[in-house]
Amino acid sequence: MPRTIAQKLWDAHVVRVAPGEPDLLYVDLHLVHEVTSPQAFEGLRLSGRHVRRPDLTLATMDHNVPTKGGIKAADDLSRRQMELLAENCKREAIPLYQIGSRHQGIVHVIGPELGLTQPGMVIVCGDSHTSTHGAFGALAFGIGTSEVELVLATQCLPQKRLGDLAVTVSGELPLGVTAKDIVLGVIGRTGISQGQGHLVEYRGSAIRALSMEGRMTVCNMSIEWGAKAGMIAPDDTTFAYLHGRPSAPKGAAWEAALDYWRSLTSDEGASFDGETSIDASQLEPHVTWGTNPGQVVPVTGRVPQPRSDTDERALKYMDLVPGTALADIAIDRVFIGSCTNARIEDLRAAASVIRGRHVHPKVRAMVVPGSMTVKRAAEDEGLDLVFKAAGFEWRNAGCSMCLGMNTDILAPGERCASTSNRNFEGRQGSGGRTHLMSPPMAAAAAVTGHVVDVRELL
Amino acid sequence: MDPVSRVTGRMAPIDRADVDTDQIIPKQFLKRIERTGYGPFLFFDWRASGDFVLDKPEHAGASVLVTGANFGCGSSREHAPWALRDFGFKAIIAPSFADIFLGNCFKTGLLAVTLPERQVRHLIDLAAEDPSAQVTVDLEKQEVRGEGFAYRFAVDPFQRDCLLRGLDEIGLVERHTSEIGAFESHRAEWLPAVK
Repeated sequence: MPRTIAQKLWDAHVVRVAPGEPDLLYVDLHLVHEVTSPQAFEGLRLSGRHVRRPDLTLATMDHNVPTKGGIKAADDLSRRQMELLAENCKREAIPLYQIGSRHQGIVHVIGPELGLTQPGMVIVCGDSHTSTHGAFGALAFGIGTSEVELVLATQCLPQKRLGDLAVTVSGELPLGVTAKDIVLGVIGRTGISQGQGHLVEYRGSAIRALSMEGRMTVCNMSIEWGAKAGMIAPDDTTFAYLHGRPSAPKGAAWEAALDYWRSLTSDEGASFDGETSIDASQLEPHVTWGTNPGQVVPVTGRVPQPRSDTDERALKYMDLVPGTALADIAIDRVFIGSCTNARIEDLRAAASVIRGRHVHPKVRAMVVPGSMTVKRAAEDEGLDLVFKAAGFEWRNAGCSMCLGMNTDILAPGERCASTSNRNFEGRQGSGGRTHLMSPPMAAAAAVTGHVVDVRELL
Repeated sequence: MDPVSRVTGRMAPIDRADVDTDQIIPKQFLKRIERTGYGPFLFFDWRASGDFVLDKPEHAGASVLVTGANFGCGSSREHAPWALRDFGFKAIIAPSFADIFLGNCFKTGLLAVTLPERQVRHLIDLAAEDPSAQVTVDLEKQEVRGEGFAYRFAVDPFQRDCLLRGLDEIGLVERHTSEIGAFESHRAEWLPAVK
């Protein structure tokens, strides 16, 4: 029977099937960070259990790390959480990239760049944006802290089979329109819950044409329309990205892996529970106007009339009037960062808009690279100088103002052009207002002081 | 985990859809390293802005939350069901839940029950009109009932069994250690190990 890529990945990881019970799946890579793991390690300790496969577990510090000043700059609770992760990893022999390490960074940035994220794997992490890793043709999803404990103890996870959805993105992206606009466009059409209970495959010519960075951006936001995981069949772009990375297979092992990876496509005739199609050539840069990622319109559009209580509340929170042109919305802050859009390609795209321009005097703008590796790569290319010359702050790696667990937060009422993934109320700081957009769009907002169609600046 | 079979109590209504976990428990409270003590921070920002439904005296002590579709969307933080539990809720009824949140409720022993939109609407209206109305969420009979109504709900039979018997899921998986070992013995050689 023809199978989807998701079904193939699932079948290849089933340790045990029993009638009336969830399948028991094997986990190839478990990523751990400081915020959702302390209670899991404590649970292990109290029950006298240990980590079954520390060699398949990688920890980093990302959610609450300060992006300047090192661990000493953290508040007491954050520092305690980071120290506790270090203690837990030491006790259980789990490799840890702590603050100050060369490879420290956002968990969903470092896995791929180290070559640990590979096609065909099952990858979990106590973070909903684990869907990012699906860009490599992996089955990757977020889990809660109790599940973190379960995976630490057993390297397995009981999971009910999920349905399959397909999103086909045909055509070619116009200049100035990015992977972020694809996924915001998808969410604008589907709403924020249509993916519930499903694994999504993104396919079509516009997806094929994306770099791995772009594919990660698309898969990253699968959770924002409710899907458990998003994935893209691996191809030559995937293999070229992986080749030579520290943890990628070498020599004969590479050839063997490649043979298997090439089989990871949905079979002709495989059936999906639902399909969505989008023509990339018709897409424009997208900007959210509300307080969830589905409240989004093209930048050439206007703030829409409310169609629900949710819309009414969002307009009030965002202090916006229906009919306002998006381009008339003034911005106080710009954040270029997060597991969605803080990879080298994102920084290059933003820098290309900023080069020779200056941040608007009323705007405070910052760049937070996704990892210290990304930061070094950007500095090798001189991108840091472009950002700094334009008036951007250039920080160390971390989740930073995507969720505002460190001191990088919006003040109440401040309005931010952000390359992150969630515009929920208070997400970037209590009372703060977030407009999600692509890195070039955020860069354009930084220099003009308002939401603007980046195509006017190219 | 303690067994869970039935919850009887009053309802509190949050009449909105798409409530995300950032609202349920804002990020500043995720710095804590304990599994309990999150109750005071539940819906922190919404409560701080005043006049929030959970702070109305008529809903004090409610143990059943009735709310809109896609409850618990967004971040995977298990602190969200912990905060709801610590505040005093033992069951949540909604037309739908976000996947990760639903899984986290199960691990927390919080009954998350899905009913059709029309029935949830009745419960939300009932809670608003008569805050003293009692409902019972009965996992054994798979029904939500009160005066003059009984609504059947579907539930995953495995999760139902785990909750009713208070089973430790890690212990259940550990029973299959030999199968896990057998699976590990034939994993592909190229698969990466963390160095």
